[in-house]
Amino acid sequence: MSIEEKQNFPTYQDSDSTEYPKSEKEVSSFIKKFYKSNIPIELIGSGSKKKIGRSIQCAKILSLSKLSGIMEYLPEELYIKVKAGTSMQQIEVELKKNNQQLAFEPVDFGILLNEKSDFGTAGGQVACNLSGPRRFKSGSVRDHVLGFRGVNGRGEIIKSGGVVVKNVTGYDLSKLMCGSYGTLVALTEITFKVLPAPEENNTLVIHNQKIESALYYLEKSISSSNDISGAIFLPKEPDVNGCSMNIENTFKLNDLKQDGSITAIRIEGSKNSIEQRIKNLINELKIINLNTSILKTHQSEIFWDKVKNLEFFSSSKNSIIRIVIPPSEGSNLIYQFSNKFKYYVDWGGALIWLEAFELTEEMFESIRRKVVKIGGYVTMIKNSDYLPYVEDVFTINRERFNLSQNIKKSFDPKGILNPGKMYTGI
Amino acid sequence: MPKIDRKLIAKKADIVSDLKKIIKIENILHHEDELRPFETDALSAYKQKPLLVVFPENTKEVSRVLSYCNRERIKVVPRGAGTGLSGGSLPLEDSILLCLGKFNKILNIDYKNRCVIAQPGVTNLSITQAVEDKGFYYAPDPSSQIACSIGGNVAENSGGVHSLKYGTTTNNLLGAEVVFMDGTISRLGGKTYDSEGYDFLGLITGSEGLLCVITEVTVKILKKPQAVKAALIGFSSIEDGGNCVSQIIASGIIPSGMEMMDKALIHATDDFVKAGYPRDAESMLIVELDGTEKEVEELIDRVRKIAEKNKSSSIKISKNEKQRLKFWAGRKAAFPACGDMSPDYYCMDGTIPRGKLAEVLKEIRRLSKKYNLPVANAFHAGDGNLHPLIMYDANEKNALEKTEKFGADILKYCVKVGGVLTGEHGVGVEKRELMCEMFNNNDIQQQIKIKKALDGSSLLNPGKVYPILRKCAEEGRVHVHRGKTKFPDIPRF
Repeated sequence: MSIEEKQNFPTYQDSDSTEYPKSEKEVSSFIKKFYKSNIPIELIGSGSKKKIGRSIQCAKILSLSKLSGIMEYLPEELYIKVKAGTSMQQIEVELKKNNQQLAFEPVDFGILLNEKSDFGTAGGQVACNLSGPRRFKSGSVRDHVLGFRGVNGRGEIIKSGGVVVKNVTGYDLSKLMCGSYGTLVALTEITFKVLPAPEENNTLVIHNQKIESALYYLEKSISSSNDISGAIFLPKEPDVNGCSMNIENTFKLNDLKQDGSITAIRIEGSKNSIEQRIKNLINELKIINLNTSILKTHQSEIFWDKVKNLEFFSSSKNSIIRIVIPPSEGSNLIYQFSNKFKYYVDWGGALIWLEAFELTEEMFESIRRKVVKIGGYVTMIKNSDYLPYVEDVFTINRERFNLSQNIKKSFDPKGILNPGKMYTGI
Repeated sequence: MPKIDRKLIAKKADIVSDLKKIIKIENILHHEDELRPFETDALSAYKQKPLLVVFPENTKEVSRVLSYCNRERIKVVPRGAGTGLSGGSLPLEDSILLCLGKFNKILNIDYKNRCVIAQPGVTNLSITQAVEDKGFYYAPDPSSQIACSIGGNVAENSGGVHSLKYGTTTNNLLGAEVVFMDGTISRLGGKTYDSEGYDFLGLITGSEGLLCVITEVTVKILKKPQAVKAALIGFSSIEDGGNCVSQIIASGIIPSGMEMMDKALIHATDDFVKAGYPRDAESMLIVELDGTEKEVEELIDRVRKIAEKNKSSSIKISKNEKQRLKFWAGRKAAFPACGDMSPDYYCMDGTIPRGKLAEVLKEIRRLSKKYNLPVANAFHAGDGNLHPLIMYDANEKNALEKTEKFGADILKYCVKVGGVLTGEHGVGVEKRELMCEMFNNNDIQQQIKIKKALDGSSLLNPGKVYPILRKCAEEGRVHVHRGKTKFPDIPRF
């Protein structure tokens, strides 16, 4: 095989296989070159979420990590424009200076996937569209991207959206970018909508509830007018041999009683408003006689950071699965798992995370069938040594696959951007 | 508009007899007189009768009509309630107008999952009406909510006065059933938050009927807040009002609604509904705050202080629900009030960064003098969406052309200060040729490629949204040098 043939071979990688473009123009010329010579490329940011999605090996890696920096931040206009490789940490620090935040709550997957904290890059957040506990109230990443610039699979620089929240000029391509795992465009610039950070946040914890009553309380709270912004259930049961999820070890907080399962409701806002709403909730849920704790701002923040970053799974070597379902289906689905997995429920019942010991591909597919039947979807977030590879990391049906293929071709006709990252053939 | 297919028009009788095999005869309108009511939407300056109008009754019929039209290369223009302001459902002479008026049922109210499944012809307001007895509501509230259809809201990504806090349609939509031009029926999303894979729901929302026909929607409903209050604040200059808006936002308050009106509109609306507006003010703000009782009290107090710091000339706080609604009555009557003042008006829809308001209004005043046409301004100040209402008399020679030019100049200026062409009314036919102001050829070609990926023969609502590039060249936006265009590889059509 000649050097050129070798270089053009789809899975060939040499020591110089990673390119670090420093400008959008450079990204464009690299991709143009690869487009001409049919070389598939893997797009990465900081690599913090590289393990999510199907593992791929391409001849070239295009790291966008050098495209970094905040380009424009106008707090009173509620937006921040950044280069795609900017670290999320940097963005959040900057926003905090003005008491603002990204309301979708960026998740730190570094702890779960690489055993060290890493929020990754702005581009990575958009590519994965995985949002924190406030999702049911404030929307996900896709609801906070106002516009972007990037390079498509032909090497052309394209843009969509703008810096304003109300914009219907042309198709909303920003939405398509979210959750596309770098298979459509190499992002170079992103404009996020930002919002004021709440002055304070408190957490109302109800102890020692079973799944049905816990989900009942969560549903009642979300359906009330108390404007809650977090609704989770962390069960103590079941005990599953080989699983490491342990809530008692994760949440060692002074004001949090150690008493079985945790049903937690977050309330954010001004001090007076929070007090009033907690009072309302205790009345409306009729929990005055139950065992409860209230976490004030400082402890409440630590609590939700640990929840958001899935710290109770951090020492796990098992498969970690993410399930999204209509909220009302939560307890039924959990029953069907008949105590085989450790789990945690977020978004008031609409999001379930599983830790599965010695999971086989058949078991995974059986979970998927149950979830699809009730109108949800399943993603394998972390593989285990026991099951290091699954063919279908994401959930898709034939009809959506065909649609996705058409969309993919319109951006990346030769399929050179992250080929196979989401599905075989896309 | 795309070239008219005369041969196809000549085959009208055959087409009608083919369609009779798909849908009931009474649901096909083809006589000239029957077609007239459908010749325009709410952008009534443009009129064109379609070849014929069909009213399918279910998704299967929509699918069969589309697949027939795809096979026979017949253009299709979808239409909801016809309240669109950008000509998005303007028929073409050789097109079938596909009306979703028979899709008028709410199919499922699911309080446990906090959503409503409705057919696309259901009006926006009736979704709220269906759930308000349980204290819920549907958040996006375009001014036309009494008449506009929820399917049309999805097609246009409609907003309303509460979108700063509660988002536009795209943020409140969970799922949809759609039919593509080849007849394929697809379910996108459902009752879950987010769907995995490419966000098709996000793509079709605001796609102005170019990608698919919507046959069912699932929308999120929210519990009504415990308390709502509004403040009516007058200012002796536009600048003070604009600064007050910016400072409210910068102080960390997100009002559920924040509307601004200029003097011309304060007078017009106050004359029209006697809303008790400060008539001596140059600009006026309605700031609405919601939440718990205590929270609203606190916020109102903070807003009052910010207003005073910005030299407000008057402040009124709503004492009860009746008064709050009265504050809004004027704003909601902005369009008819202008209609009362002038034989015709033309409503524009740019969005700008909030901080640029005073600058943009100054430019609008300058243009108003230049074109010698009066203008009144309504502004969704919270989210930067500006609605200048240009008043003209269509009976005067060239008045519409002059008005359109004035409007185009305003929108170009919005883009120049970092804003966009349209915040919630859509591009339609109205702003099609202005797309080159915001997007370059790469951007537009990428969007057209998406259109082709889902509608290979460009039969669904053709001639809307995307500019006919030849026209851009004619208007001098693409530089033509010695007969050679700058981008010879781009198809001109």
